[in-house]
Amino acid sequence: MTAETHEQDANTPLSKLQTGMFIFRLNFLPRITFLIVFSIIMSVPFWWMLSTSLKAEYQVLLFPPRWIPIPIKWQNYPDVFIKAPFVVWFGNTLLITVVSLVGTLFSASLVAYGFARIQFWGRNVLFILVLSTMMLPDVVTLIPTFILFSRLDWIDTFLPLIVPVFFGGSAFFIFLIRQYFTTIPFDLEEAAFIDGASTFTVFWRIILPLAKPVLGTVGLFSFLGNWNDFMRPMIYLNSPEKKTLAVGLRYFQSQWGTEWALMMAAATIMIVPVLIVFFFTQRFFVKGIALSGLGGR
Amino acid sequence: MGVSSLSLSGRRRLSKQARENIKGYLFISPWLLGFLLWVLGPMVASMVLSFTEWDILTPPEFVGFGNYTKLLDPNVYFLKALYNTIYITAIGVPLQVVLALFVAQFLNYRGRGVNLFRTIFYLPMVTPIVASALVWLMIFNPEFGLANTLLRLFKLPEQRWFLDPDLSKPLIIVWMLWHIGGSMVIFLGGLQSVPESLYDAAEVDGAGPVRQFFSITLPLISPVIFFVITTSIIGTFQVFTVAFITTGGGPIRSTLFYVLYLYKNAFEYLRMGFGSGLAWVLFVIILVVTLVQFKLANRWVYYEVS
Repeated sequence: MTAETHEQDANTPLSKLQTGMFIFRLNFLPRITFLIVFSIIMSVPFWWMLSTSLKAEYQVLLFPPRWIPIPIKWQNYPDVFIKAPFVVWFGNTLLITVVSLVGTLFSASLVAYGFARIQFWGRNVLFILVLSTMMLPDVVTLIPTFILFSRLDWIDTFLPLIVPVFFGGSAFFIFLIRQYFTTIPFDLEEAAFIDGASTFTVFWRIILPLAKPVLGTVGLFSFLGNWNDFMRPMIYLNSPEKKTLAVGLRYFQSQWGTEWALMMAAATIMIVPVLIVFFFTQRFFVKGIALSGLGGR
Repeated sequence: MGVSSLSLSGRRRLSKQARENIKGYLFISPWLLGFLLWVLGPMVASMVLSFTEWDILTPPEFVGFGNYTKLLDPNVYFLKALYNTIYITAIGVPLQVVLALFVAQFLNYRGRGVNLFRTIFYLPMVTPIVASALVWLMIFNPEFGLANTLLRLFKLPEQRWFLDPDLSKPLIIVWMLWHIGGSMVIFLGGLQSVPESLYDAAEVDGAGPVRQFFSITLPLISPVIFFVITTSIIGTFQVFTVAFITTGGGPIRSTLFYVLYLYKNAFEYLRMGFGSGLAWVLFVIILVVTLVQFKLANRWVYYEVS
């Protein structure tokens, strides 16, 4: 892109179009080259994981390493399920994720509706409080919460992971949904109120169906957060049959040596559902991130 | 429930505002309860706990400010953990922001492949940290890892990576840089909101692409940059899982980050009082850092007044 060429013929619409195309052509090759090279670099860990998951253990240690193992050992995948209680962990993770998803969507949207639509005393102050808790690091409340759950005898159950979700999900989700609710016009609700509908009916029948996009975004964040969560399941779940996938992945990593191929097969199995969900809901997702600014962390 | 019977029997006598209040608090009651149970209560409790020594098994013992004065003792490694955390934040976050903005510039075009590239760059963000940390551990394995294989191919000296205290922190930063997807998507949104007419006008005036970037793009997306920096710093201060999996804090505590240090104290050594003190100190640090950023923002963040 040189400034001189633009200066000369940027006066008429036609030449402007031509400069536009000129810029496009000049930029296209370096742009696409950079993007391709960068995406190859970024995806190396994924390819390496996939490649290792199809190797026999001795092949993992070979030099020079092979990207496509010979022979391909598909057996690693069934082996993951045979050698470790992977089915149980998968089920546990799914159960926690789904229950949390439902709890989050229901309670966060209920609270968000209150903040978006009802003029109650103290609303603004409380909403600022919601926003400020978004910046609160989770570990600040970790120790007393752990002690509370151990007093309740909830350790080694899913309750510490599930129950808190029903109290509004998280401040961030409340914020996202509330912002969306405020963009919905009042007219529909007013008509329903005149017909004698209760506030809850209006929320449930009219507002929620209109808020599907934001519920999709929040649902995805919630799914990813719980599926990938590591610290809380590690702290709260002790017995082998209670573990989640994230905690169980380390099963193949032991003091006496790591079974890399099996571990990578297990990691692949854990990532696949996430990738499927992500690919099908990408549009929601990107919109939600742009709206909010936060991704899985 | 008391509230519902009240609203049934006394509906006519209650003013409109009173009814709104009851309804409002009913709707937000899950959050209000949750705030008391999982935020305010625990925060007060951890404040109280931080003045005690407690291993859960025996009754807690009041020690005053003992846990806080202990922080400066060189034998407790608090300063080491704080230094490690500041190190990856001070180096990692700027690198992350610059790289994310750089890549977002390349992605900011209309046409084939945008969605595909965006997806590829975002994928690390949806990958479970445990999984990616384990992959990292394998790639940087000193014996058979891909990284050393590459070095061998180019006849360069092989490295011990995560086992080398000089390389362990930089490796964590590289791992952070792999996660630019979140910031990148936010930047992309910011870039797309800059009106194209401004660039056209700049071109007419003869401004080159570099000048355009610094005079138009940067000031207009400065609120987005501010947001990304603020949230990235808060996030980096809480790095835990990747270090827990790859190094466990070693070698010689070179990757002992703040939250990992807190976790070890609380859940491995059962020092609940000291751990609570650490939690409060972290809370204050993050609060101060964030407030300072908001203060500084007045000087460089440009908000459009319409």
